[in-house]
Amino acid sequence: MANKAELDFTRNTSQALKDKQLRKNFKFAMGNFILKRQQIFADQKETERLRELGNAIKKRALSRLPQLLEELEEKCTRNGIRVHWAETTMEANQQVLKIMNAHSATRLVKGKSMVSEEMGLNEFLESRGIEAAETDLGEFIIQLNDEKPSHIIVPAIHKNKEQIAQIFHEKLPDTPYTEDVEELNAIARKTLRQKFFEAQVGLSGVNFAVAETGTLCLIENEGNGRMSTTVPPVHIAVMGLEKVVEKLTDVPPLLRLLTGSATGQLITTYVNMITSPRKDDEKDGPREVHLIILDNGRSKILTDPQLRQTLQCIRCGTCLNHCPVYTRIGGHAYGFVYPGPIGKILNPQVEGLKKAGVLTAASSLCEACAEVCPVKIPIPMLLRRLRNESYSTDSLGLVKDSGYKKNLAETLAWKGWELINTHPHLHAIGQKLTGALGSKVPAWGPLKNWTRYRSAPRFAKKSLHQLIAEQGVEDE
Amino acid sequence: MNDYTSKPDTVYYFGTCLIDMLYPEAGIAGLNLIRREGVRVIFPPEQTCCGQPAYNSGFPREAKTVALKQIRLFSKELPIVVPSGSCAAMMKHHYPLLFEGDANFKRVREFSKRIYELSEFLVRILGIKLEDQGAPTKVTWHSSCSAAREMGVIEDSKSLIHQLNNVELIELKNEHECCGFGGTFSVKQPEISGAMVADKIEDIVQTGASRILAGDCGCLMNISGAMEYQNVSLKGQHLAEFIWERINGK
Repeated sequence: MANKAELDFTRNTSQALKDKQLRKNFKFAMGNFILKRQQIFADQKETERLRELGNAIKKRALSRLPQLLEELEEKCTRNGIRVHWAETTMEANQQVLKIMNAHSATRLVKGKSMVSEEMGLNEFLESRGIEAAETDLGEFIIQLNDEKPSHIIVPAIHKNKEQIAQIFHEKLPDTPYTEDVEELNAIARKTLRQKFFEAQVGLSGVNFAVAETGTLCLIENEGNGRMSTTVPPVHIAVMGLEKVVEKLTDVPPLLRLLTGSATGQLITTYVNMITSPRKDDEKDGPREVHLIILDNGRSKILTDPQLRQTLQCIRCGTCLNHCPVYTRIGGHAYGFVYPGPIGKILNPQVEGLKKAGVLTAASSLCEACAEVCPVKIPIPMLLRRLRNESYSTDSLGLVKDSGYKKNLAETLAWKGWELINTHPHLHAIGQKLTGALGSKVPAWGPLKNWTRYRSAPRFAKKSLHQLIAEQGVEDE
Repeated sequence: MNDYTSKPDTVYYFGTCLIDMLYPEAGIAGLNLIRREGVRVIFPPEQTCCGQPAYNSGFPREAKTVALKQIRLFSKELPIVVPSGSCAAMMKHHYPLLFEGDANFKRVREFSKRIYELSEFLVRILGIKLEDQGAPTKVTWHSSCSAAREMGVIEDSKSLIHQLNNVELIELKNEHECCGFGGTFSVKQPEISGAMVADKIEDIVQTGASRILAGDCGCLMNISGAMEYQNVSLKGQHLAEFIWERINGK
């Protein structure tokens, strides 16, 4: 989750909201995703049953995470997959580099992997003279344009056809401008085939790692994942440590939830289950398979029984698609690799509240994300928890920078609010004052932000309390 | 969800702080609708706010103190009717979470079980029948996020509108999208909130309705305030007040 400059969320959102094309692209794309998901999950009762199951599977896995990870390592090793542990993203990058160097490799092809984005792997390798070529179509497009993903499963969703046509025309040699989708696809395919052919190492993410069998599941639609993991002689898989599940039978319900939530598909075009390198009697597949298991703050999140629910995430992106904030500002405005609702709870825990805590305020707590999350992560509750953490140091400092926002003005304001709302006489005086003000409320403090887009609220001359007292409603 | 048992003789009424200060007529209308069905209504005068503003803003301790104050005021075994989906959801679903592990937990849970949102109570407990006395009109409806996702009472609210013969309900395209209020969100992230309410108003205007109804005064304050700011001449109104006017031919 490399984030160079201090996050200026206000500036980012301001810019994003002004970009009409961007808002249009997101609104259109997210609307489509929402519709597709609705169609595939039309049976509400069945969907609910499946979500409960998904939640239970991930909760069970997290409750035994250390044992499952050890089992995964043991089974993978037995299958011939070499397992590496990385506590930090830098360690993970170094491990990739070491494997590359061991093969004197200078060319890497990549299937789509958010963990590799979290590691900042491309920049790391490029600064050491190694080419890391993205092969997922969306990732390929934004890599050409030197951009970051704006969505966790559809990284170039902020671009429309015309913009992509322009990027291909400008960045790929001898490419005439075309808006024809088939032609654009063909251009990408031709460029990428050469990359697959030349690469010495292929890298991919992992959707589920099965402890019972030592199997790495990789879910994708373009076949670039299969190419990256089978064509080059060496395959490196990178995963966050929360991706482990207990049994092979845990995979089908999670797969169904993942594809239905992410793209509204019953199943993806490719479901890869990788259990070993090429065996002697096999005709294809890599000679070497490595698995890098990354912590990067996850084991700390695991120690908190409430916040650990963050780790249930299967990265389907449906919370982004349904979020009214994400739909309007897009993924880049969040300033971190993981945008949207899941990013709002994940980034502050991994990066600390000082750096990413502002994201917790960027939610109206509308519950749209919680309503669709396939593994039922209570994102709004976790946002509240992180808001609490921002002002308080009560929880033994489990969250980095807890209490960073504590300040006298807000503390006093809420104490005052508490006082008025627990003392009827003060409350009555307050009401008389606001009633007398009517709409002539001075525009300072919070009201200044309110009146940028709205008229000031108009306080009633007589409050409900007063009207009721006059009418003689029973009071006990 | 609530168990829908028989009609009670007496209920409590929790007026909510926004209705109290900004929309008292809506509060009175809700109260009158319950009384019209022959149910006695008690309004404990010391009631203030459900505590949600502090609860959502990172100040759970202050929220708890204010919540406990309300809980003590509504101590009899009576249903508590709330003319707001958001405050009802706070009191019904969030109080037990707020008091988890607290000495008062059992008492809080008992209190939370008695919470009803107004539409829910009118439809499912009282089986209210409405006779429209008003002139033909077109309205649209805004679902608050809490009423829709936490209380599950939107169909109750709409069924009340459908009972009014001269009222045509034209639904919004994005009925289930947040209006951008979100309490302190609206002032902490003014630009995002502003963009959300602007889209909501566009949706509202496109219906051609003359009025936007809602069951939550937070959303109403946001939507009406933004419509006024943009010189959109539609009227925003709480459902209870609208119904009361219609059945009394006002």
